[in-house]
Amino acid sequence: MSRFHHLVARDLLMVWRRPGDVLLVLAFFLLAASLFPLGVGPEPLVLKRIGPGVLWVAALFAAMLSLDRLFADDLGDGSLEHLALAPLPLELTALAKCLAHWLTGGLPLTLMSPALGLLFGLDASQIAVLAVSLFIGTPSLSLLGGLGAALTIGARRGGALMALLVLPLAVPVLIFGVTAVESVTADEGSRHALVLLAAFFLVALASTPWAMAAALRQAVE
Amino acid sequence: MLETAQKTSPEPLRRMPALHAENLACRRGGRLVFTGLGFGLEQGEALLLTGRNGSGKSSLLRLLALLTPRLRGSLTWTGIEVTEQPDAWRQALAWLGHTDAVKSDLTVRESLSGAQILRKGKPDSLDHALSRFDLTTIADRPGRFLSAGQRRRAALARVMLSGAPIWLLDEPASGLDEPSRAALHFTLREHMKSGGLAVISTHGDIHIPNAHPIDLGDFAPSVDALAEEWA
Repeated sequence: MSRFHHLVARDLLMVWRRPGDVLLVLAFFLLAASLFPLGVGPEPLVLKRIGPGVLWVAALFAAMLSLDRLFADDLGDGSLEHLALAPLPLELTALAKCLAHWLTGGLPLTLMSPALGLLFGLDASQIAVLAVSLFIGTPSLSLLGGLGAALTIGARRGGALMALLVLPLAVPVLIFGVTAVESVTADEGSRHALVLLAAFFLVALASTPWAMAAALRQAVE
Repeated sequence: MLETAQKTSPEPLRRMPALHAENLACRRGGRLVFTGLGFGLEQGEALLLTGRNGSGKSSLLRLLALLTPRLRGSLTWTGIEVTEQPDAWRQALAWLGHTDAVKSDLTVRESLSGAQILRKGKPDSLDHALSRFDLTTIADRPGRFLSAGQRRRAALARVMLSGAPIWLLDEPASGLDEPSRAALHFTLREHMKSGGLAVISTHGDIHIPNAHPIDLGDFAPSVDALAEEWA
């Protein structure tokens, strides 16, 4: 497993050297979410009603932002050929890159979400569930996004194409994520939605690495 | 994995060259690039690929590395078809492609030690390889500040570090100055003296002993082969 760890550490180090990409994602999340109160007006009840959905959609878009370079840089400088020839299976390599993407994207978004929840006037319990749902849901976004990035790696204007590919697949994550936050106050609680979110993550974890590896092999051919 | 393979089939080892290719054909982008290509390399020998631009030198190297699927033909290493044990085969390879795979945000040292971790190269020889290609003074500089020749040298140092028995090099001397070219030749001779093999695409700037030149132009598909392809 040391090779897997090395790949994750390598990507984290590169992000650390060039933090602009991550800051851009976080700034986008903050800005997109805070534009809504300006757009729909400062009515507290309305904001509280739309808050969970707005924050989840903003997180979804923010997670897409840093994806286009996930594999493109490695293809461009020739590293992808070396990764394809390395003893570590390409499936694990792809998984390592998605993990690094989540650590520098989904995780900071999750940590930032309570502050934005306050902005929308969510209750403490709602804010807690929002953070938990993002924590469980954003890894799926990194995996689906990794798949989109691998499939569109050689394409011109790959970013837009990737969003078109990934966003429909991410619809279940969005629905369960928002449902979890909204059903905090309901009788059944948010457990069901969170469990479904976790199940979706497990399905994505079991299926996307193979597809990513196949797409990357095609790319280095 | 390779060692056990050698033990179980000693017979082909004696009769066939260590690396043996027969009737290889390659298609790229729907076009038949070469066909009927074969060669045999013993330990300590090198194959020099020459030919005009687009004659398929890089395609052959990619085909040997299993990056590109081959159309037909066989490729055996110590008597065993390489596609039967692809992991062991990849482990035996060191690759130098068109691009140098030097990360722009990582230092030369980080790029090379990372490659060592990824493929379990020779331990503790990093400084030796760095000094061989005169990279010691720039080892802690990020890749984006390196010139094309310096990046090429870093890529060559990585090949040297790999400890792999078979080197696949795509125009290794491109962009190199005279001292670096000498270091490349010295490293190649050292590699082959220790029993290593190399397949090198070149435009006539590599001069090493025990090298078999092969002109890819000789294997360009004939009209008959193309007709057969369409049939």
